[in-house]
Amino acid sequence: MSFLTMTHLEKIFGQNRVVKDFSLSVEKGEFISLLGPSGCGKTTVLRMVAGFESPSAGGITIDGKDVTGLKANSRNIGMMFQAYALFPNMTVADNVAFGLKVKGAPKAERDARVAEMLALIGLADLGGRFPFQLSGGQQQRVALARALAPRPSVLLLDEPLSALDAKVRVSLRNQIRQIQQELGITTIFVTHDQEEAMSISDRIVVMNGGVADQVGAPFEIYNRPRTRFVANFVGTLNTFEVEVADPASGRVMLAGQGLTLPDAPLAARAGETLSVALRPEALRLGRLPDAEALLTAKVTDVHFMGSVIRLKADLAGAAVSLDTFNRPDTPPPVVGSEVEVSLSGRDFILLQA
Amino acid sequence: MTRFFAWGAFLFGCLYFLLPLVGMTEFSLKMRRGEYSFDAYRRVFEDQRFWDTFSYSLILSAATIVVGVLLVVPTAYWVRLKLPQARPVIEFITLLPLVIPAIVIVFGYIRLYNTSSFLPLTGSALGTDILLTMGYTTLALPYMYRSVDTGLRTIDVTTLTEAAQSLGAGWITILARIILPNVMVAVLSGAFLTLAIVLGEFTMAALLNRPAFGPFMQLLGANRAYEPPALAVIAFAITWGCMGLMQLVTRFSKHERAKA
Amino acid sequence: MPKQPGGQRLRLPLEWLGILPFMIFAVLFLILPTMKIVIGAFQTADGSFTLQNLIDLNTDSIRSAYWTSLKLSFVTALLGCAIGFAMAAAVVFGGLPKGVRNPLVTFSGVASNFAGVPLAFAFIATLGPVGLVTVWLRTEFGINLRAMGFNLLSFWGLVITYLFFQIPLMILIIIPALDGLKREWREAAAVLGATGAQYWRMVALPILFPSLLGTFALLFANAFGAVATAFALTGPQLNIVPIKLFAQIRGDVLGNPNLGYALAFGMIVITALANFLYIWLRVRSERWLK
Repeated sequence: MSFLTMTHLEKIFGQNRVVKDFSLSVEKGEFISLLGPSGCGKTTVLRMVAGFESPSAGGITIDGKDVTGLKANSRNIGMMFQAYALFPNMTVADNVAFGLKVKGAPKAERDARVAEMLALIGLADLGGRFPFQLSGGQQQRVALARALAPRPSVLLLDEPLSALDAKVRVSLRNQIRQIQQELGITTIFVTHDQEEAMSISDRIVVMNGGVADQVGAPFEIYNRPRTRFVANFVGTLNTFEVEVADPASGRVMLAGQGLTLPDAPLAARAGETLSVALRPEALRLGRLPDAEALLTAKVTDVHFMGSVIRLKADLAGAAVSLDTFNRPDTPPPVVGSEVEVSLSGRDFILLQA
Repeated sequence: MTRFFAWGAFLFGCLYFLLPLVGMTEFSLKMRRGEYSFDAYRRVFEDQRFWDTFSYSLILSAATIVVGVLLVVPTAYWVRLKLPQARPVIEFITLLPLVIPAIVIVFGYIRLYNTSSFLPLTGSALGTDILLTMGYTTLALPYMYRSVDTGLRTIDVTTLTEAAQSLGAGWITILARIILPNVMVAVLSGAFLTLAIVLGEFTMAALLNRPAFGPFMQLLGANRAYEPPALAVIAFAITWGCMGLMQLVTRFSKHERAKA
Repeated sequence: MPKQPGGQRLRLPLEWLGILPFMIFAVLFLILPTMKIVIGAFQTADGSFTLQNLIDLNTDSIRSAYWTSLKLSFVTALLGCAIGFAMAAAVVFGGLPKGVRNPLVTFSGVASNFAGVPLAFAFIATLGPVGLVTVWLRTEFGINLRAMGFNLLSFWGLVITYLFFQIPLMILIIIPALDGLKREWREAAAVLGATGAQYWRMVALPILFPSLLGTFALLFANAFGAVATAFALTGPQLNIVPIKLFAQIRGDVLGNPNLGYALAFGMIVITALANFLYIWLRVRSERWLK
C-alpha cells in the first residue's frame, strides 16, 4: 500500500462540486505537484489532506492509517502556506519551536531541533528576529523549518512561492526540493505555475474542474499530454489541422508534405482531418537532415529572451510559436523575412477532442 | 460546542440590550391607567421647553459641526500635504478629549473664562454659547479628526493639490472645491456622530447653565414619572437616526464609487 | 547656493503656520483649561504655592469617592471588554449567520452613543422599583429584587447601566481587530498540533493584546469621566468623583474652591496614569510590530 492514499475524494460546497472522484496514491518520499488553474480543486484536495476540510465522500490514509475523520491537529502533518503565515508575535526560533512546544517537548530538545532546522534552511543567525524583520523569502524558509521541526509524516505546500519575486522563487523552490530529497519526506505541492511544477516534481497531477486529468512524470506530462486541457495548460502549443492519408501507419499530410504520427494506428479514416499539436521547440529553424518535412514560414514577430529566441511566424496557414537557441555568431531573423522550418511527425501530439 | 457558546454569548447580549429598550418603551406608554396610550409623548411635545431646548441644542450642534469642519479639514489636509512630522503631535491632541473627562475641561473653562479673565466669555449668553460650542468641538474632535483623516488617506492629496495649483487655484479654492467634496462622506459621517453626541450632552451644558436638551431631560427626569421614558425613546430614535444617516452616506458613496 | 540656508529657515515656520488655527484652538480650549486646573491644584486662594489642596483630598468621603469611581471604572471596563469580546468573537468566529453581523455593528454604534440621561431613564423603566423586569419578576415568579439586595441606584446597578455603552464600544473596536487575525495563523497552529485553546493562548490573544489593552484603557476613562448617566440615575448624592466634582462646581460644597481643582487634578492623574500604563504595556507587548 502506498504511503499516502486518497480514494474517491469528493467535496461539495453548497451547490458546487469542487472536487469530483479524486484518487491518488503517493509513495513514501515522493514529491507530487497538484497543478491546475485557480478553482480547479487542487487547494481543496490539499486542505482535505491537512484536515481543514472534511471530504463529502471518500477517504484518506497516511502510512496505512485512516485519517479521514481525524482533526488537523492530530494528523502530524507539516504545511507551508502562501504567505504571512508565521506567527507575528513570536521570534523565528519560537515559530520553529511551536510545534514541539504544543506537544510538550522539553526545552533542551526544542532548542536542539530549532538550531538544527535553522541550520538546514541556512538562517542559523536569525533565530532572535521577528518575522517583520525578514524578507519574504526568508519568512517562507522559516515557515518551511517550522513545518518540518515536529518531524511530520507528510509535507503540504500550498503555493508557498506565489508571493515572492521571480529570482527568490527559483532559488527557494530548488532549496525546498533539495531539503525534501535530503529528508526523504513525502510532499504534496499545490501550484498554478507549470514551470515550477515541472522543475521539482517526481510526478505531476494536472487538475481541471475538480478531477485529475492526467498523472505522470513531468517529461510524460509535457511530451505526451493526454487531453487538450493538459496540453494547453502545460507549456505553449501550436495546433494544426492535418489530413489523414493512411490510418494504419499513421501517415498524415500537412501543407502537401507527408508526416508519420507516433500514435498509429489512428482512430480516423483516410481523408478526415485531425487536430495535432507541436511544441515550439519541435519546430526547428533551418534545413535539418533528420527532419521529415521542410516548410517555409514568414516571421511576424521576434522576442529575444536571452538563451532562447521565440519567433512568431505564419506556417502552413497557422500562426505558430517557434523556439530556437541563441547563437552568438548568428543574429535572429528579422520580422517579415522568410525562414525554413524543419519538423517531424514523431514530435506531434495527437489531441483528443 | 463553539457554536453553542457563540449563540449563548450572542443571545445573552441581545437580551441585555433589548430589555431596557422594551422597558422604556412599555413604561412610556403606561401613563393612562389600565391601557396603553401616547399621553406621555403628547405631554412632552406640548411642553414648550422641549421645543426650545431641542432647537437650542440643534443650533449648537450645527455650530459645532461648522467649527469642527473648518478646524479639522484644513488641518488634516495640511498635515498630510506639508507637515507629516507634525502628525504625532496633532494625533496626540485629538486623542486628549478621550483621556481628559469632559467635566474637567468644562471646569477649566469656567475658571479660565470667567468675568474677570482676559477673555470673559462666561459674562454673556452669547459668550457662553460660543464657549459651549468650543467645548462640544473638543468632545467631537477625536471622531471628527479620525474620520476626515481616514477620508484623506483614500485620495491622493499631493497630486490633487498640484493639479489644482497648475490650473491656477488658490488655497481656499483647493480646500473648498477639491478637498472638501472628496472627503464629504467622512465629513458627513463625522457630522452625524457630532449631532448624536451634542444633542444628548448634559455635563457641559448643565455646568455652563445653558438651556440645552440634555439638562432639560434631566430636569424632567427628576420631577416626572412617565415623560422621562418617553424622552428616552425619542432620544434613542434620534441617536438611531443619526447613526442610520451616517451609514447611509457611507453606503451611498460606496455605491457611487462602484458605479464609476 | 549661499542663500539656500536662509530660505530654508524661512520656509519652516511658514509651513507650521498652516496648523496655527488648530493649535490656537487646542491651546485655548483644551490645554490652557487643563493647565489651569493642574496649576490651581497647587495654589492657595491668593495664588501662592501649596500642597494643602492635595492633602485635603485625604478625607473619608473623598477617598471613598475615588475608590468607588476606580472600582466602577475598572469593573465596567473589565466586564465590558469580556462580554463585548465574547459577543464579537461569537459573531466573527462562532459560526453565527452572516446576517447577524451588520445589525450588531449598527446597533453597537447607536448604543455606544446612547449614554447619559436617556440611558438612565431606560434602566429606571426596566430595573427601577416599578420597572418592567422588577415588576415582572415579582408578579410572575415572586422574586423580589429589592428584598434580594438589588438596587439600581447602587454600585452594581450603576455597573449594569454603564455596560450598556461599554459593551458596544468594545464590540465596535474589537471586531476589526478580530478580522485582522489571519486564517493561516489558526490553520498553521492546527497542523502543528495545537489545540484551539493553545492557539488562543499562544497566538491569538498575544496578537490581540495591544487592542484589548487599548480598549480597556478607553473604557476605563469613559466610565471614569461619565457624569450624566450617574447623575440622572441617582441625583447628586451618589459618592463618585465626577458627581462630587459636579456638585462642587455648581455650589462649592467643599467650602474651599481650590479643593475642586485638586479633585479634578486627581481625575486627570488617574486617567493619565491608566493611559501611560497602557502605552507602556503596549510598547512592551508590541516588540514584534513595525
